[in-house]
Amino acid sequence: MTRVVVAMSGGVDSSVAAALLKQQGHEVIGVMLRLWSEPGKEGSNRCCTPDAMAIARRVAAQLEIPFYAIDARQVFYDEVVSYFLTGYSQGITPNPCLACNRFIRWEFLMEHARALGAEYLATGHYARLVPEPDSRKVQLLRAVDRSKDQSYVLHVLNQEQLVHTLLPVGGIKKEHVRTLASQFGLPSASRPDSQDLCFLAGEDYREFIQRHAPQSLQPGPIVDTTGRPLGTHIGLAAYTIGQRKGLGLSSAEPLYVLDKQVALNTLVVGPQDLLGSRGLLAGQVKWISGSSPADQFRAEVKIRYTASEAPASVTVLGDEKIRIVFDQPQRIITPGQAAVLYQENLVLGGGSIECAL
Amino acid sequence: MEDLIYLDYAATTPVDPLVLKAMLPFFIYKYGNPSSIHAYGQSAENAIETAREEVAGVLNCQPKEVIFTSCGSESDNLALRGAGLALREKKSADQILSSLAEHHAVSHTLQSMEKYMGFQVGWMPVDENGKVLPETVSQLIGPKTALVSVMLANNEIGTINPLAEIARECHARSVLVHTDAVQAGAWLPLDVQKLNVDMMSLGAHKFYGPKGVGALYVREGTPIVPAQTGGGQEQGLRAGTQNVPYIVGFAEALKLAEKEKENRIALVKPMRDRIINRVLESIPNVQLTGHPVDRLPNHCSFAFKDLDGNLLLNLLDQAGFACSSGSACKTGSPEPSEVMGLLGLPREWGLGSLRVTLGVLTTMDQVEKFLACLPELVEKARQLS
Repeated sequence: MTRVVVAMSGGVDSSVAAALLKQQGHEVIGVMLRLWSEPGKEGSNRCCTPDAMAIARRVAAQLEIPFYAIDARQVFYDEVVSYFLTGYSQGITPNPCLACNRFIRWEFLMEHARALGAEYLATGHYARLVPEPDSRKVQLLRAVDRSKDQSYVLHVLNQEQLVHTLLPVGGIKKEHVRTLASQFGLPSASRPDSQDLCFLAGEDYREFIQRHAPQSLQPGPIVDTTGRPLGTHIGLAAYTIGQRKGLGLSSAEPLYVLDKQVALNTLVVGPQDLLGSRGLLAGQVKWISGSSPADQFRAEVKIRYTASEAPASVTVLGDEKIRIVFDQPQRIITPGQAAVLYQENLVLGGGSIECAL
Repeated sequence: MEDLIYLDYAATTPVDPLVLKAMLPFFIYKYGNPSSIHAYGQSAENAIETAREEVAGVLNCQPKEVIFTSCGSESDNLALRGAGLALREKKSADQILSSLAEHHAVSHTLQSMEKYMGFQVGWMPVDENGKVLPETVSQLIGPKTALVSVMLANNEIGTINPLAEIARECHARSVLVHTDAVQAGAWLPLDVQKLNVDMMSLGAHKFYGPKGVGALYVREGTPIVPAQTGGGQEQGLRAGTQNVPYIVGFAEALKLAEKEKENRIALVKPMRDRIINRVLESIPNVQLTGHPVDRLPNHCSFAFKDLDGNLLLNLLDQAGFACSSGSACKTGSPEPSEVMGLLGLPREWGLGSLRVTLGVLTTMDQVEKFLACLPELVEKARQLS
């Protein structure tokens, strides 16, 4: 029997993951992390409300597996919330879920799983892990259910982490996961799918920044591409590349955010045809297999969690940097978001977007 | 569960098979309502009145001074709210004194009375062992003090309070005394005359009785009004059809506890001392919490520096040992318990509490297994904390 720690959330995916592992004969331990919430908003944190925890506990009891809640508030604040606030103060649009997976789930929780004697950490993510032929490595593949695929947020994991990871629902369609949940008779949280960050507790991220990093929200000029002033912005952190709504400008043609000039605290806007770029530079690139497939290669690239893949040519530049040139210009290349590289279903790796080219 | 070693008898205990046997006839054969006139009612009434006599025998009081309730917390609520209201009406005394180390059943009840009923609550400090000193009580009693409530033994750190002396100070000033004896019930003498208390709360599941039944001793003549109203059951102080089988179970368990008390103490005390000594000598940066001598004979409690007690509990559970911690929290948001703060421990010790409590099924073999595992698990938890 292999001992497996399952990261539970009270949601249907991790509950079914736990049930499947138990059914496969593993010795399963359910664990739920208590993440950081703003004082007074613990009840609306999307990931770990007391309600969600009560449901996860019920699921574990029904599966007859032990369940432990682990306090991750401090480490979550230090690694994820701080990164989020610092990112906005530096003018990028950070993706805290990546930091959470990397530092909280696959480092902090993985360490706890090991201390509990587990060989594997399992989650309810929609993605697949398969052995790489003729090696001891594993490959990260997109989920069978493409509409639910979460491989984008897992590209930050390394081999050492992935070989100790199980993703039991990645090979199953979401609707079948729901059927399994009812077949197993599992209670689960009916939680609306949402892209919101857990610690925002349903609030607009700008209000959160206003409270926690007000220096990131200093008003400044809005200019066009020639430098002509058009108005005043409320703070660069409140805008993202490609944004049209909420600029407060009147203009004959719709204007879009083209660039955030942090040093000048200036927001550059322009018409749609100026938005977008053929290429980007990404840094801190990680390869799932440990190395790049070639110095130059073709790949499909996803530049946001919700974006569709776009075909591109990739050049490896060294120093963990790559240059990506798309076949068609991309409108929403946003520094701070990840560019994740795919070939068919295979995740090659990815990096953090530094700038459009 | 059969592989697990249970070291959490202060949380609850298994029901003694003899107790269960005494209870069983009252579920499906002798199921009458004690208030009914007919034979069924009479036999049920006979059962609870016999139980009341038996309990009174152990407490050394009159049967009519025993009120059955649903649990120790309900007994605390009835004592504090019931006597608080009656004493305020009778003597216009609206202050209640209690200690900072009380169980939430007392402290939260008093906070609620303060907020919603206009009572004044005086919180008495404890010494570095968590003990309430009689001189503190006599200093803080004032003209408005109606009632003093001090627990007989502390659930978290096992410290025993000098109740008889505290009561003497109170009675000298005509102030009534309540004690929460829930944690002490299994181990300490419960003679209310010797303890000199006016009210005393007990819960059966701490001494091998069932969960869901408790009792409150109320000395005859104590001003008290019901906290739950309705029918006239339990001297009019606790309305609701009596839970006959559980009351029978309460009495049976208390009788057994009284009869076996010396044997039980002789069994657990050497194991308690073995744990305390061994933990203090084999693990760095640990200290005993609570009084070294005046503590429950089955109770070990420690504070570990730089350690998340919850995490240690998880690791212990996984290794097969069921223990408890003062900061235990099922949602992973541990906070230092109030009691740990009272002992003057710095913050880096505050989350690291561990409570190990023994009972009649504990063996020295289990204790040695526990002691063999603990140092490594503490080390692991410290690395993760």
